[in-house]
Amino acid sequence: MKLFKDNRNAHVMASPYMAWAFIFIVVPLCMVIYYGLTNADGAFTFDNITTILKPGYLKALKRSVILAIISTLVCFLLAYPLGMILASMKLRKNAYIITLFILPMWMNFLLRTLTWMTLLEGKGVINTILEFLHLPTLNIINTSGAIVLGMVYNFLPFMILPIYNALNRIDENVINAARDLGADSFQTFCRITLPLSMPGILSGITMVFIPALTTFAISTMLGGSKILLIGNIIEQEFTQLYDWHLGSGLSIVLMVFILLNMIIENLSDNGGNS
Amino acid sequence: MKKAIEKIYLTIILIFMYAPILTLIVLSFNSSKSRAKWGGFTLEWYINLLSDEAVASALFNTLTIAILATIFSTIIGTITCVAMIGLPGKLRSVIMGITNIPMINADIVTGISLMLLFRFLHIGAGFTTILLAHITFNIPFVMLSVMPRVKNINFYVYEAALDLGASRTYAFFKTILPDIVPGIISGALMAFTMSLDDFIITYFTKGSGFETLSTLIYNEVKRGIQPEIYALSALIFIVVLTLLLIVYRAPQSKTKEN
Amino acid sequence: MSKDLITLEHISKSYDGQMILDDLSLSIYENSFVTLLGPSGCGKTTTLRIIGGFEKPDQGRVIFDGKDITDLSPNKRQLNTVFQKYALFTHMTIADNIAFGLKIKNKSDSYIKDKIKYALKLVNLEGFENRMPESLSGGQQQRIAIARAIVNEPKVLLLDEPLGALDLKMRQDMQYELKRLKEELGITFIYVTHDQEEALTMSDHIVVMNQGYIQQEGSPEKIYNEPENAFVADFIGDSNIIRATMVRDELVDILGAKFACVDTGFGENKPVDVVIRPEDVELVSPEEGTISGVVTDLTFKGVHYEMDVQAGGYEWLVHSTKMSEVGKEVGIKVDPYNIQIMNVPASEDEEAISETI
Repeated sequence: MKLFKDNRNAHVMASPYMAWAFIFIVVPLCMVIYYGLTNADGAFTFDNITTILKPGYLKALKRSVILAIISTLVCFLLAYPLGMILASMKLRKNAYIITLFILPMWMNFLLRTLTWMTLLEGKGVINTILEFLHLPTLNIINTSGAIVLGMVYNFLPFMILPIYNALNRIDENVINAARDLGADSFQTFCRITLPLSMPGILSGITMVFIPALTTFAISTMLGGSKILLIGNIIEQEFTQLYDWHLGSGLSIVLMVFILLNMIIENLSDNGGNS
Repeated sequence: MKKAIEKIYLTIILIFMYAPILTLIVLSFNSSKSRAKWGGFTLEWYINLLSDEAVASALFNTLTIAILATIFSTIIGTITCVAMIGLPGKLRSVIMGITNIPMINADIVTGISLMLLFRFLHIGAGFTTILLAHITFNIPFVMLSVMPRVKNINFYVYEAALDLGASRTYAFFKTILPDIVPGIISGALMAFTMSLDDFIITYFTKGSGFETLSTLIYNEVKRGIQPEIYALSALIFIVVLTLLLIVYRAPQSKTKEN
Repeated sequence: MSKDLITLEHISKSYDGQMILDDLSLSIYENSFVTLLGPSGCGKTTTLRIIGGFEKPDQGRVIFDGKDITDLSPNKRQLNTVFQKYALFTHMTIADNIAFGLKIKNKSDSYIKDKIKYALKLVNLEGFENRMPESLSGGQQQRIAIARAIVNEPKVLLLDEPLGALDLKMRQDMQYELKRLKEELGITFIYVTHDQEEALTMSDHIVVMNQGYIQQEGSPEKIYNEPENAFVADFIGDSNIIRATMVRDELVDILGAKFACVDTGFGENKPVDVVIRPEDVELVSPEEGTISGVVTDLTFKGVHYEMDVQAGGYEWLVHSTKMSEVGKEVGIKVDPYNIQIMNVPASEDEEAISETI
């Protein structure tokens, strides 16, 4: 189709953004890689990256991965049934109900986390209520449990939305066809509903896993200063220790994990299709 | 029976999501500084909040940056999407690939990469750097919502306009632009909320002494929560709720007219 | 006499207080090609979905082969459905789509393989085993949907507007294909469509529905030639439907002219509706005609000419291979056998239910 009399005009129109994207996306990434692979004298080194293998760092990375996996799993287990229920409700009313489930997403992320600080503190709201009822108090503030709770609370809407969208797109007659061909409800779920909603599940997983893996605010607020995640360590390198080279090296490690996550996602997506 | 279980499940999730927010709102009216005791109803924290200059300037900064970043990113994003029609396929996929990077990458990496760039270019950290960073991560959201509209443009209508004697520019503004306006609006809304909500990228690009609401809250929290923060949360929640209700009402009344 | 395979007994169904089916009863014979025909919203698809088990009737029973299956879930019914817009499993290959029902029933691999081959051959798509549904054209996808249903050897195949999404040429090809399949398989087809031509081409038995009621059922010839009310006459093909008076048995007054007909038993001087198909109107010289008029419009339609003739205050639609110029004075003649007399309904409601009473 010819929208432009001359396609050179299109190049002219696109060039501001191409320049922008180059300066503010490509160059900064190259700089991270450059800093990550050099030392303070500018010499090439892998030291910044291999630092991740030192005990303290490795522990933080492991903890980050484990907590991110747990949070993602919990989000998935909560969101999938919810998505199915929402998708099975008749449309019209849905717009409002869906909004209800993603509304907290629009509230400031730090305020959402702050809420749980208030609730979980030693003398916070939950414990006051428990004491009043003469029940044993909870001591989960400043534990990994609190961090997972904070992650689930913050990122749950990111899982609900894509799963709901994927389930809602499935033609009702495709489900009927499976039933018609003799599948019971469980078989229909395993062979039709679940595989067809896979793209939604995968994008939900990415949208929860990556922020959970890389967060530092949630762990600072709910984990106290004792539980460090890889995000905290990178943040400290940049804002307190001013070791940009090490910080960049660790960021490269983080990007490797993000890439891995994407590769796995693509593989399982293709696996579902062939 | 099944319906009942479904309703209970929905309710539990809703309680999980909203009970904490409601608690904050209740606490914002609590005259006792302790979170554990109800000391009576007060508006003290709201009054303090309104006279707090730090909060006022952070709010001003946040809104200014969000509005400017939205305007710039919407314009650049839309122009680029339209230009994409005339670009060869390969260049198009390179541009889309690069555009996807900030969306896929972790915010912390985007934040530090921009911080490194600004230090390297000797741009003083503050308003400008935050604005540049926000425009950068907003453009992909605008393009993401405008692009599908651009792909579905009905060019016959455009050709019909040319056939009826319209100039290319006139035909573009009369036939193609109206088609993609819904995408532009939702992209702008998305960019605006992303800007308002952002903490991590702002945190790394702000420098010292310049605060937005997010960074202000983060600093306050590290120092210990003051009840004024509850009042702030309550206000933000109410504002967000009202805005969303307006946004959701608007398209519905439109479809009714149609 | 053929045996009843499916019987619907006094089925009623409503959604949100709106009546879709009202006390509908219907018998479907074994080995027949039955078409439920009607405009959208007439209840034909709901009827099919009740037979398939995707909807439960509010009242009434579904009898299949002598057994009440009203409450049986779809996966336990011995019938299969070809859905609107195919409803193929997009995440599976063609072979996996076809094998779906057989795998559920734990058939052996070699049996499944044979069946896939057989089914693909039956629908003329040999060698498509490893393709994905989305790489196929609409017509091909529809054939796969049919193959997927018939490998399960159902006693009845339900088809819900299966050709609706196809273009005209493809639709015509598929009509013959479906007829051939029905002969080869020797099972009952229940077919839902709003396309009267499709219904006339394929069916052994047509059930015309409107507003949740059965208007008329019978063979295609009977439905076309002897519509029982104005709705059926109007819905099936073009027709001239004219308010007239039955003078006595075998004589009807149409627009002031007396036409001989073959119907009896309507009483004397009773108002009736007459249906005359446009191809049954014969244009002759004004003197020869029972009534005379003027040609007001002429269109060439390929196999015939379509003409409008203003006569007796009514615009007659005429199909003829012989052309008459616009403005020409003509006479109208109709063979007595081609005049179909119907009772005049007292109201629209009565028109809808006239058949069920």
